[in-house]
Amino acid sequence: MSAVLIAVLVLLGLGLVFGILLGYSSIRFKVEGNPLVDQVDSLLPQTQCGQCGHPGCRPYAEAIVNNDEAINKCPPGGQGTIEALADLLDVEAIPLDAEHGEEQIKKVAYIREDECIGCTKCIQACPVDAILGAAKQMHTVIVSECTGCDLCVEPCPVDCIDMLPIETTLNSWQWPVPKSGVELIATDRHPGIALEADA
Amino acid sequence: MKNTVKVHSFHGGIHPPENKKQSTGAPIAIAPLPSRVILPLQQHIGLPAEPVVSVGDRVLKGQLVAEAVGRISANIHASISGTVVAIEPHPVPHMSGMEAGCLIIESDGRDEWIEHQGLEDYTQLPKQELIEYIRRAGVAGMGGAGFPTDVKLHLGDDHIVNTLIINAAECEPYITADDMLMRERADEVLGGIEIIAHLLKPLHIMVGIEDNKPQAIRALHAALDNSPLNLDIVITPTKYPSGGEKQLIKLLTGIEVPSGRIPADVGIVCQNIGTTTAIYRAVIHGEPLISRIVTVTGQAAGHKQNYEVRIGTRFADLLDHSEVRREQMHRLIVGGPMMGITVINEQIPVIKTTNCLIAGTIGEMPPQPPAQACIRCGMCEQVCPAELLPQQLHWFAKGKEFEKARHHNLFDCIECGACSYVCPSNIPLVQYYRFAKAEIRKEDEEQRKADHARIRFEARLERLEREKIEKEERRKQRAIEAAAAQAAKKDAALNITSSSADNRPAAASAPDLKQLKSNAAIARTKLRKAEKALTNAQEKGLDGIETLQATLQQLQVKSEQAEKAYADAQSAPALQQAPSAPVTDIKQLKSHAAIARTKLKKAEKQLAAAQETGDADIDALKAQVAELQAKSIAAEKAYSEAENGNSPATTPGIDTTELEADIAALQSKVDKAESAWKTAAESGSPAADKMAAGVEKLKDKLKALQDELATIRASASPAPATAVDSTALEADIAAMQAKVDKAENAWKAAVESGSPAADKMAAGVEKLKDKLKALQDELAQIKAGSTAKATSDSGTAASVSIKELKQQVSIMRTKLKKAEKQQAELAEGEKDPALEAEIAELRARHDAAQALFDAAEAEKAAAAAQQGIDLKQLKIDAAMARAAVTKAERALSKAEHDLKQTLEEELLAARAKAEKLNSTLERFSE
Ligand code: SF4
Ligand code: SF4
Ligand code: SF4
Ligand code: SF4
Repeated sequence: MSAVLIAVLVLLGLGLVFGILLGYSSIRFKVEGNPLVDQVDSLLPQTQCGQCGHPGCRPYAEAIVNNDEAINKCPPGGQGTIEALADLLDVEAIPLDAEHGEEQIKKVAYIREDECIGCTKCIQACPVDAILGAAKQMHTVIVSECTGCDLCVEPCPVDCIDMLPIETTLNSWQWPVPKSGVELIATDRHPGIALEADA
Repeated sequence: MKNTVKVHSFHGGIHPPENKKQSTGAPIAIAPLPSRVILPLQQHIGLPAEPVVSVGDRVLKGQLVAEAVGRISANIHASISGTVVAIEPHPVPHMSGMEAGCLIIESDGRDEWIEHQGLEDYTQLPKQELIEYIRRAGVAGMGGAGFPTDVKLHLGDDHIVNTLIINAAECEPYITADDMLMRERADEVLGGIEIIAHLLKPLHIMVGIEDNKPQAIRALHAALDNSPLNLDIVITPTKYPSGGEKQLIKLLTGIEVPSGRIPADVGIVCQNIGTTTAIYRAVIHGEPLISRIVTVTGQAAGHKQNYEVRIGTRFADLLDHSEVRREQMHRLIVGGPMMGITVINEQIPVIKTTNCLIAGTIGEMPPQPPAQACIRCGMCEQVCPAELLPQQLHWFAKGKEFEKARHHNLFDCIECGACSYVCPSNIPLVQYYRFAKAEIRKEDEEQRKADHARIRFEARLERLEREKIEKEERRKQRAIEAAAAQAAKKDAALNITSSSADNRPAAASAPDLKQLKSNAAIARTKLRKAEKALTNAQEKGLDGIETLQATLQQLQVKSEQAEKAYADAQSAPALQQAPSAPVTDIKQLKSHAAIARTKLKKAEKQLAAAQETGDADIDALKAQVAELQAKSIAAEKAYSEAENGNSPATTPGIDTTELEADIAALQSKVDKAESAWKTAAESGSPAADKMAAGVEKLKDKLKALQDELATIRASASPAPATAVDSTALEADIAAMQAKVDKAENAWKAAVESGSPAADKMAAGVEKLKDKLKALQDELAQIKAGSTAKATSDSGTAASVSIKELKQQVSIMRTKLKKAEKQQAELAEGEKDPALEAEIAELRARHDAAQALFDAAEAEKAAAAAQQGIDLKQLKIDAAMARAAVTKAERALSKAEHDLKQTLEEELLAARAKAEKLNSTLERFSE
């Protein structure tokens, strides 16, 4: 009988000790905010364009985490983002929802500067402060900061903002996906075709 | 020949047919002077060089034509003498087959060297300067990536360099450029090694060379006998890719360079054998890197041999010279068959890294058979020199699981092609790795960009928040300050009355004056009290405001009478008075005027508030405001009169400043009233019209005051009058313009929100504009009278208004376009009559604006005809008209059928206009 009692007491004591330990650590090592939202947010392209139907990238991230929003609504991120999200959330990667727009080549905004009347409307629209200018002065886009979100185009009263595709340079050129049967370089692997012969 | 050092071995490797003997039969030949050279500004990773010559310049051989930008970048020198004919995009040797910026020089056939001179004794020079000397010569790695050599020479600064390895392995099939170089120019090679050794001070120097180059080895040994250098020539077994940097290091030292590190981290520096001669020539002879040795081989080539070729020579020239049989040539390969690239365009030039051209026949370079599925034979893994799992990497790359590929050390792959070479399934493995690497780099870059954008976005949000708080605080601060100022003013007024009352007995001569004054003071105080009661009542909405107001009016009248009496009395005996007296009086008057103004302002504010809330007693309030205004003006007038009458000696200067201040105050009032009106209009309040009338009234008053100011000025000091007057007028004009702008904005807002008041507002805007015009005319007249400058001034004024008009027009146009777009979107299904009506209206408005603009422009053109100064403006206008045409055209192409008709008309009109403008422009620019 006493053995049973001891066992029960020991278990009770253990439960108490671990409970306190866990309780303490949950306070002591409390994680601020929702780390999952942060992670999702960091995978989104941060153009803040609102094409997903949410007012920005973070709200979309919150919706994905909290409201089970579909992960295929971000056209600027495209399939790459969808796959990264699927990976993170451990769900099936689905194709981009065409309703929210299609994946497009990267663009940046250019202002036709002699037409700009300096109304500063585009500055107010740009979520990353990529436009430089002052009232009644010509405005210009800092290309390296522009995310290509399109938001400055609509507000311009004289329609002088163009979205131009980013040009590929030698440095930004990329190898494409290889196709089967393309002409490879490693070709002289079939020795004997009169190779050493004419030496 | 025996090795003095132990040779290790590396994993994997293959033994493809060498095909080297074909091109070692003949000595190095000098290629003929090309008729033109094409020098790509970027011949390596890093940044393109910046041209320092311009088209049309004559350049000499060896002259610097493009300067390095940043650390990883190399100078470029003219390789022939001649004329720079172009700096433009041209095909370059690159996997992409893209064009890039090139500097093109047409030869003059003289091949004239620029003055150059080597260093007498480079050991005397500080190391930094010697490295800088080599950098200026544009020396870059002559094999592989073309990395600027000076970067590697600097490695001695922050790394301890134990071993210097000279890479003479030349493991790729076909290529014999290094082999021939060593055979024929072993002295230069050793001389170059000496310079590098001097810079890096290594403990041990090794030259790694494959055992298939016995003649080169012999030549090196022979040259070594006359050299002070202490180096080991290490002969390695022939195996591809022993020339890979990490593989050669493993072979010679047994050391494995860890993944993701550079050899310098383990105390080793590698240099290509070709680079050593370039360094030698640069230092000893002062010759920049303008030529290199290129192997021309392949079965289609007539003379298979090595040539010393000027950088920038087109492949076509070189192939012609070696009599390539074009009909047999199936593929042209730059570099070796394993790591080189196929090029199609023969106009591509030789660059610093071009070591070989292979003109292959179809038998030699057969087309690749189609890829089969991987059979998991594991052969690729066996040959991989980087000890990777090619098969695994291939799966990851194909499935786009780039993260996993990265974890399997994809970036250690040297893209040697050994795995593709052995794969029985003909899978393009290297291509997959290249693709995967590029994708990973892109993803990293995008992640970096996204993080950057997030930081900027968050910073912006923070800034907006901060600005809002600051604004709020400023507003509060201002409110407090205003209250304090008011209190101070009251105190001051009291003080003045009391102090002047105290001081006055000294004057003694006018006891009744004192009496009068205290009467006035009493009246004022009563008035103030009554006012306070009234405001109190109004604020709390108590009854009996009417009676209070009546009392207030009575009191005001009384107060005025008292003050007037006092003022009269004062001005009469002014001459005998103490000089302080009129000043005090004026001060009082001034404060009185200020009080009146403040009152007026308060009342106005109340009125605005009431209108916003739509209170019933607006009319009463308005009446009150009007009354107060009248009073305020009267007070001010009295004040100014007093000032004028009393102290003509105190100059009209003060007087005008005072008046000007009044005008400014009135103007601010006008502004306030306007903004109140705007909010009213936006919210669609019915009071808006009345308010507009009020604004007009206020403006009239302002005008009256301004006129007064002008007359006072004119009469007071006729001599400087015109100048002062015109400045004042100009200020007025500026203020007017600001007003016009504001009104326009308000109107715009109203239009956007579709408020019914918009039309009225437009009328108001027009009126304001007329006024502005009148003011401007006035100014012009004044100026015309006084100075000859007038014409140009009125010109600028006109241009300002035209600019505004133009903006209006373009805004209109955009709005119209937007509406139309909306319409077009709807068009497929149903038609929205409301929208159509809106479009029609917009169009009408646009036309009106355009007409206005046209008229203004016509005027402008006339002015231009007289003065011939506005050509630039005209040009811009013409450009805008052209833009309008293109825009219209674009819209037309998009539009539905039913819209086509109208749009076509518009287009025609726009075209006509553009033509008209263009012809005007032509006429003027002749
Ligand atoms: S400049 Fe325009 S397109 Fe670029 S980030 Fe700003 S709003 Fe977006
Ligand atoms: S919105 Fe258009 S007109 Fe206004 S400042 Fe920006 S670019 Fe210029
Ligand atoms: S290409 Fe890359 S994976 Fe293939 S053998 Fe060479 S190093 Fe290994
Ligand atoms: S050599 Fe080719 S078939 Fe064999 S395992 Fe490697 S990829 Fe697969």
